[in-house]
Amino acid sequence: MADLTALRFKNRLFYVLLAAGGLVALAGLYAVHMMESHGHIITGMNNQIVWGMPHVFAIFLIVAASGVLNVASIGSVFGKSIYKARAPLASLLSIAMLAGGLTVLMLDLGRPDRVIVAATNYNPTSVFAWNVLLYSGMFTLVALYLWTMMERRMNPWSKPAGLAVFAWRFILTTGTGLIFAFLTARQAYGSAILPPMFIVLSFAWGLAVFHVVQKVIYTWNEKTLDPAILQRTRNLLGVFVIGALYMVATYHLTNLYFAHRTGFEHFILVDGGIYPNLFWWGYVVFGNLVPLLLIYFPGLGKSTCVLVASLLVILGAFVLLYVFIIGGQAYPLDIFPGYQVSSTFGDGQIAIYHPSIYEFLLGFGGLAIAFIITTVSVRVLNFMPNDKPYIPD
Amino acid sequence: MSDTDAQRRQFLKTSLGAAAVAIAPGMLLFETARGNTEAASSKVRWGMLIDTAQCTQGCNDCVTACNKENGLSGGTAPTDSQWIRKIDLKDISSGHELSLPMMCQHCAEPPCVDVCPTAASFKRADGIVLVDRHRCIGCRYCMMACPYKARSFVHEPLTDQKPDVPRGKGTVESCTLCVQRIDKGQQPACAEACKNKAILFGNLNDENSEIAKKVRSVVSVQVRADLQLNTGIRYQGL
Ligand code: SF4
Ligand code: SF4
Repeated sequence: MADLTALRFKNRLFYVLLAAGGLVALAGLYAVHMMESHGHIITGMNNQIVWGMPHVFAIFLIVAASGVLNVASIGSVFGKSIYKARAPLASLLSIAMLAGGLTVLMLDLGRPDRVIVAATNYNPTSVFAWNVLLYSGMFTLVALYLWTMMERRMNPWSKPAGLAVFAWRFILTTGTGLIFAFLTARQAYGSAILPPMFIVLSFAWGLAVFHVVQKVIYTWNEKTLDPAILQRTRNLLGVFVIGALYMVATYHLTNLYFAHRTGFEHFILVDGGIYPNLFWWGYVVFGNLVPLLLIYFPGLGKSTCVLVASLLVILGAFVLLYVFIIGGQAYPLDIFPGYQVSSTFGDGQIAIYHPSIYEFLLGFGGLAIAFIITTVSVRVLNFMPNDKPYIPD
Repeated sequence: MSDTDAQRRQFLKTSLGAAAVAIAPGMLLFETARGNTEAASSKVRWGMLIDTAQCTQGCNDCVTACNKENGLSGGTAPTDSQWIRKIDLKDISSGHELSLPMMCQHCAEPPCVDVCPTAASFKRADGIVLVDRHRCIGCRYCMMACPYKARSFVHEPLTDQKPDVPRGKGTVESCTLCVQRIDKGQQPACAEACKNKAILFGNLNDENSEIAKKVRSVVSVQVRADLQLNTGIRYQGL
């Protein structure tokens, strides 16, 4: 009897969660409608800060969607069994986040109604156009890969499919990095280090998301994760976080090396108001150092610590993207090196940006889409990692 | 014919008529947006030579003329479109001050065209860089890529547009070199409006044109020449 009540409660909770997700997605839709009818004037974006909060959400989701596949790759490509058991869940998360991220990206366009134009008029020199191909290809490949894993008869194909996904997601994240790396005129971007930086960031962000979802699923099913498995995935997260921090440091250090970029670095790291604060406190301390402490400090590293560490890594990701995308545009473009400049168009001035509620609603709408896809799929199909008794491999 | 049939017919006629009325200006806009591409020839390279010594600080005549010609509001809020702006410069080491107009530089290797996913940003054979307002999806990547901040995004619905200068909410726009005037054999509005003749417009490819002669005889520079975009707008005295 008691069991039945618990089950009923869980069923109800499931629908409540779904309704909550739906409500957030609806709020996102409302924001889109408002932006459609009023124009981008109701956002905080302007002619100086042309990419705002929606891009922070979208790029997080897309980068994490690629990184979460790392779990699957370690299983399929490198044959590690505990990761293999988690590959279906990782693939599902990847599809869900990609869908959420792309929705935000598309709906933030000035003319989202013309998105079909992007498919029919193709400019081969545009990195953006490449990305359209990369994203749709990724969807298809991951869906296929998932099918080879879930359908017993297709199992033999799962290794080649896994390999294809492995290669594709590297190219995809390279593409995301290139969106910025090709902007040679801006001091913040135009660096060859960005694609690899995004790849390493994706590893950390994807695994952090995976940890959070895994923890929720285990709790929901009243199961506990084998401590040995937790320890391995936890250590991996630690390594990725250190790697990501290293890449971000290298990016700033190389920028500091070029004389024409020191002004920008000074702005972002020292005296740019909110940006250095966000960078040092939000990203470095709360997004990296605290998680590392939670993971590695003797006596810590338990399941809840890993959960908190993962949530902080995700928070740090948002902060870093904000500093990178918004801060990178806020610093004035150096059109006349050696001159002090001023104009009515913000030349020589630090651009001001206040994200509006609509941008947040749109961004959260994208998160909600990822959440709904994951929640429903996990409920309908079996994505629970199916571990054999643990043998170290 | 029954009453309902007649009504149906009438309805069909009216809706077809309405559809035609709705589409026609669109087609017209499309033509102007694409410019007179047939006539544009690669033998021509339209350009400008801007003499900063003739450009007075505080004078805004070119900006006003551009706004009037192209139907811009002239507002200078961060969300308002500005196709041309006056920039005041002060040499940090010498303190030398100057003033100059800045607009789309009509690059021969335009980064905005390179990055545009739908090829809405395009370069005509005569070197004029334009945005096809019917193809632009408003991704704003060109604004990220332009080294001169030459582009604006239309943040609000527009009213009272000029019939031959198509603009639209949610798309990106920039100086068109007054293509609607050039194609009629006229000068760009800004060049015409400058009392001091600081803006010299013409065909850079024609050896005998005034601009080509002057570019040969005086020292002129391209802004951010290090980017090697081969801009159509050159500056003298910078
Ligand atoms: S100045 Fe900017 S907008 Fe004009 S052609 Fe060059 S890159 Fe494009
Ligand atoms: S050429 Fe025409 S569109 Fe361009 S700045 Fe001058 S007036 Fe404006």
